[in-house]
Amino acid sequence: MPKVEVKKAGFYTTVQDLGRLNAAQYGVPRSGVMDSFSAKKANLLLNNPADAAVLEITMTGPTLLFQSKTQIAVCGAIFDMYLDECLISNAKAFQVEAGSVLRFSGLKQGFRAYLAIQQGFKTEVVLESRSQYQGITSASRLVNGEKLEIEALENSVIASARVNFEDQELFSNTIKTFRGLEFELLPQKLQKKLFTEKFKLTPAGNRMAIPFKELLPNDLKGILTGPVIPGTVQLTPKGNLIALMQDCQVTGGYPRVLQISERGLCKLAQKKPGETVTFQLSQFD
Amino acid sequence: MQIKPTINRLGEQAILVQWDFNITTENLNWLLKVKEKLQLKLLKSKVQIINTYNSLLINYNNGIENIYTDFETLESYDFKVIDSEEFKGELYKLPVCYDVEFGLDLEELAQRNSLTTAEIIDLHTLPIYTLYFMGFLPGFLYLGGMDERLKISRKNEPRKSVLKGAVGIAENQTGIYPTSSPAGWQIIGNCPVELFNAENEHPCPFKAGDQIQFYSVSKQEYDTIKQQIEDEIFELKPESHA
Repeated sequence: MPKVEVKKAGFYTTVQDLGRLNAAQYGVPRSGVMDSFSAKKANLLLNNPADAAVLEITMTGPTLLFQSKTQIAVCGAIFDMYLDECLISNAKAFQVEAGSVLRFSGLKQGFRAYLAIQQGFKTEVVLESRSQYQGITSASRLVNGEKLEIEALENSVIASARVNFEDQELFSNTIKTFRGLEFELLPQKLQKKLFTEKFKLTPAGNRMAIPFKELLPNDLKGILTGPVIPGTVQLTPKGNLIALMQDCQVTGGYPRVLQISERGLCKLAQKKPGETVTFQLSQFD
Repeated sequence: MQIKPTINRLGEQAILVQWDFNITTENLNWLLKVKEKLQLKLLKSKVQIINTYNSLLINYNNGIENIYTDFETLESYDFKVIDSEEFKGELYKLPVCYDVEFGLDLEELAQRNSLTTAEIIDLHTLPIYTLYFMGFLPGFLYLGGMDERLKISRKNEPRKSVLKGAVGIAENQTGIYPTSSPAGWQIIGNCPVELFNAENEHPCPFKAGDQIQFYSVSKQEYDTIKQQIEDEIFELKPESHA
């Protein structure tokens, strides 16, 4: 199988697909891409199936050497990217020749980019998914010098799919949410605060959870351990608001005050530590 | 006996059905029967369902086309028609070594709860525990049925790391750390049996509704079992039903 060599891995680059949808019964986190919208878009540009494995690139990008001809597309966060020292653009399919090098430079907007490759990366499958997660897959992230298997390109026709719309809304600060399961237990003043205050992402955020800086002092009691999923926002007794992300546990004991929408999760995944968001209340029809 | 559940959407791709009942083996068995019924008959979509103590989370990750009709089906469904006849989980016996080498907090537990080490071991190995669900870590078993006399609060300072297999107590729960992990629970022993292996067809040998009983082994027996597991000749089999 042809390979892509990871010359430099970047700050935090992982292989992800849509995650382990059937493993929560064993207590295994779902994992999968944090911004599914951008990852699916990158796959769409190459006519890949939506669940083809991509690279999730966080904050700084990798340097990749392609050992064979293929096609790539990068969506999500906007970086300066150079293919053999030629500046290439986001959200567009590119043909890559054997021996080509892709290098990421400055991050201009957003936080996580998704690099799709023709037919997806062919890394190990564990519990029906290639998503990297410590203790489940043999590695939890890319390391310098490793080689990722890909499909040989069968024909040289460049993927014709174009997704030609600007997606500035992805980078807006408004996150669509629904009432969480314990929302009604909050005093009205706190309920209102959730949708009027700005919440700042702390540097402690990662693929498991994003905690916010502002405190919401409360006297809610813990709940009987119950299900949580990516997008569940918990409120701790100390008043910390924590948005659970793709690598979160499958159950939790803190009150679940909000549930972030799928699109809202993608937008939150594009926020850097230090940026702020506001939550917008939405209702099911 | 079961009253109407509370049914909520959890984001665009999930429904949570929750009952306000006590944590008992009978209620769990009934919940698992409801889960089976939903999966096999009631819902139009192919869904993934997980249970906790008193709820079922229905995931529509493969497509949400039927989530609205399914929601209505659930709201109008009379759950009373599902009877609570015996759901038979398997019974597994798991070895635990309560040697001081592993039982880091045996002494603290003995002092605070006015028990001897032998009494702790007796109280811990006597009950047949019910496996309610897995969570927290891959393969971490939420077990019900611990003797109240063993109840103890978590460590004030969590340990940075405990061994894989560490057996702990926190409040009225007992559990086993399936991997080495930071841990706030009081550690009383170690179980050599592997509780989770992502490579296996069944990553965890148990399922919700199964029953677990611990038996005490010496350090020597522990080492022997550990070796058998390494040589892949250790077999964990359910006890035959009485």
